[in-house]
Amino acid sequence: MKNKLSHFAIPYVIWMALFVVVPIIMVVLYAFSAAGGGFTLANFARMGTYAVVFLRSFKLALIATAVCLLIGYPVSYMMSKEGPQFQRLAMVLIMLPMWMNFLLRTYSWMSILENNGLLNQLFQKIGLIALYNQVFGTDLQYFRLINTQGAVVLGMVYNYLPFMILPIYSVIIKLDRSLIEAARDLGANTFNVFRRVILPLSLPGVLSGITMVFVPSVSTFAISKMLGGGTEMMLGDLIEQQFLGGAYNPQLGAAISLVMMVIVVVCMWVMNRFGEGEEQAVMM
Amino acid sequence: MSKELIRLRDLCMAFDDEPVLNHINLYINDKEFLTLLGPSGCGKTTTLRIIGGFATPTSGDVLFDGVRINDVPPYQRQINTVFQKYALFPHLNVYENIAFGLRMQRRPDPNDPTGKRKVKIPEEEIDQRVMEMLEVISLKGFEHRKPDALSGGQQQRVAIARALVNRPKVLLLDEPLGALDLKLRKDMQIELKRIQQQVGITFIYVTHDQEEALTMSDTIVVMDKGCIQQIGTPEDIYNEPKNAFVADFIGESNIIDGVMVRDKIVKMYGREFPCLDGGFGENEPVDVVIRPEDIDIVPVEQGQLTGTVTNVTFKGMQYDIIVDFRGFKWLIQTTDHSPVGARIGIKIDPDGIHVMKKSQYSGMFGDYSSFSEEYDELDDASLALDEEESGDEE
Repeated sequence: MKNKLSHFAIPYVIWMALFVVVPIIMVVLYAFSAAGGGFTLANFARMGTYAVVFLRSFKLALIATAVCLLIGYPVSYMMSKEGPQFQRLAMVLIMLPMWMNFLLRTYSWMSILENNGLLNQLFQKIGLIALYNQVFGTDLQYFRLINTQGAVVLGMVYNYLPFMILPIYSVIIKLDRSLIEAARDLGANTFNVFRRVILPLSLPGVLSGITMVFVPSVSTFAISKMLGGGTEMMLGDLIEQQFLGGAYNPQLGAAISLVMMVIVVVCMWVMNRFGEGEEQAVMM
Repeated sequence: MSKELIRLRDLCMAFDDEPVLNHINLYINDKEFLTLLGPSGCGKTTTLRIIGGFATPTSGDVLFDGVRINDVPPYQRQINTVFQKYALFPHLNVYENIAFGLRMQRRPDPNDPTGKRKVKIPEEEIDQRVMEMLEVISLKGFEHRKPDALSGGQQQRVAIARALVNRPKVLLLDEPLGALDLKLRKDMQIELKRIQQQVGITFIYVTHDQEEALTMSDTIVVMDKGCIQQIGTPEDIYNEPKNAFVADFIGESNIIDGVMVRDKIVKMYGREFPCLDGGFGENEPVDVVIRPEDIDIVPVEQGQLTGTVTNVTFKGMQYDIIVDFRGFKWLIQTTDHSPVGARIGIKIDPDGIHVMKKSQYSGMFGDYSSFSEEYDELDDASLALDEEESGDEE
C-alpha cells in the first residue's frame, strides 16, 4: 500500500534531482574551477574584496527580519484573539498582495518613493518639506527616499512580511485553549500567560518565520536593484552580475553563491540550536 | 466535615438564550468529595467552570466561604482545576509543570513590617513542595520528563499534582479519567480518593460515569437538562432515587407503573406487593423501581409474578436475563441459569421495592424491551460523550 503510493512521489524526486541537486553540484564544481577549466581556489581568494557586500546584505536582511518579527508577531497574536470572521478577513488582506507578481508590487513602491513620487508630493502639499528646511536650515526639493538602504529594507519587509505572519499565526491559532485556562487557573495573569505559555509554544512558528524571511532577504537582487538603485549593491546583485552582467565570471559567481549558502545554512543551524536552548532556558 | 465552603445560589446560565443551567442551588462542604453526575449536556461542566471562574453565570451567586466571588478571576480563587485532557504544558518538564503555580505566586514579604511588599516563593521551598507532590503522586524520578514521554495515567497524576501543589481549598476535576482505559480508571479512582483524604481538601468531580461517582463520592449531585435531579450520598441515590431519571442513570432499574394502594402496599400487574414506602395519597399512581439484583427467581407456583425468559447474557459474576411479564420486559441479575423460553416465577422482598412519585421522566426509562440495543448504545455513548463534552460547553 505504502509502496504503491510512493510511486506518486517519483515525478517530484526527478524534479528535485534535476533542478535542485544537479544545480547545487554544478555550483560547487564551478566554484572550484578556473575560467579555462581545472581546479583552483582563486575564486575564493577574491572573496575578501566583496566583504562589504556580504556585510551589507546580511545587515539589511537581519534588519528586515527583525522588523518583520516586530510587526508580524503582534499581528498574529491579535488576529488569533479575534473572531473567525475577522480572522478570515485579515487573512485575505495579508494574502491579497501575494496574488500579484512581486516585481509589479516593487515597481509600485518605486513610484511611491521616487523623488517626485507620491510620498514626496504629499510631503510637499502638507508643507512638511518646507517645515524641515526651515527647522534644519536646509534647501531640499524632496526627501531622498528611493535608492537608500531604508527603501531596500522597506521593500523586503513589504514583500516578506506574510511569510512571517503565516507560520506564527498558524502555530498560535492551534494552541490548546485549555493550556491558557490552565495557566490562568494556576495564577498566571495575562502577561505571564503570554510569557510562560503562549510565547514559548509559538517559538517554532517564529523560527520558521525568521527562516522564511531571512533567507530570501539575503539573496534578493530585484528589490535592491529597484529600490536601492544599484548604489546599495547586495549579494544577489553581485551574483547576478557575474552570470548575466558585464562582469561575466560564472566561476566567481558560483563561489560567492556557495559562500552565501554556507553562511545561511550555518545561521539557520545556530538559530535552531538557539531555539531549542531557549526552550530549555524557559524550562529552567 | 460539616463546614460549608461553597454555595451556589439560584444559579442560571444561558448560551445564546439557550438555558444551560436552571436555578441551581447547592452547597458544598469543606473536605467533601462531591460529584456532579449526569449525561452530556446536563450542565455539569458549566457548573464546574462557573465555580472555577472560567464562566460567568447569567444570574445567581457563587459564594466562597460566605463571600460572593462571581467576578473574581480564576487566578485569584483558592480553587484549582484538573482539566479534561490534563492540559499539561508540553514545553515544560514534569517538575516545571508542577512548579508553575508556585512560580506565579507572590506573597507578603515576611521581612517587611508593612506587609505590602510581595515576594516570590523562594526556590528551596518550591523545590521542597514539588518533591512532596511527586511523592504524593508516586512519580519521584520522573521530574525531568516531558509530558509526552508519560503514559496517560502518569500525565493525569501530574495534572493533579500541578493543581494540588498550590494548596487550594478546592480541587475541580473535569472528567479527569475519561481518556484512560478501564483498568487504569479503576486504579485511579482509588488513587484519587486516597489523595483527597491525604491532602484533606474539597474535591468537586464531574463525570458521566455513575460507577465512578458511586465509588469515590461523599455526595453525588445528579443533574439533567440543567437541573439538579437529586442530591445525596451514593447509598441514598442508589437506594432511594427520586425519579425515573435518577433510577435509570444510576445502575440498572426496572421501573414499573404502579398504584400506591395505601402505606406499605403497592399494586403492580393487578397484584398487591408489600413494601416499606409510605406517605403517598390513597391510590396515587406511582413509579416503582426494582433493582435487577433484588429479584429472586422461584418456581412458577411460588412466584408473585410469572414470566417468560427471552434473553440470557453471561456476565461473569452473574447472568443478565430478560423476562417478559405481560409485554413489559424486566432485567434480572441472577447466579442461577434459566434457559430462554423457560417460565419462571419471581419474588421481591419488601425492601427490594422502591416507590417514587410520578415525574416528567415517568414512562421514559426502565423497560428492557430493547435490551441488546440499549447495551450497544451504552458502549457507543461512553465514547461519544468524551468528544461531545469537550466541545459543547466551551
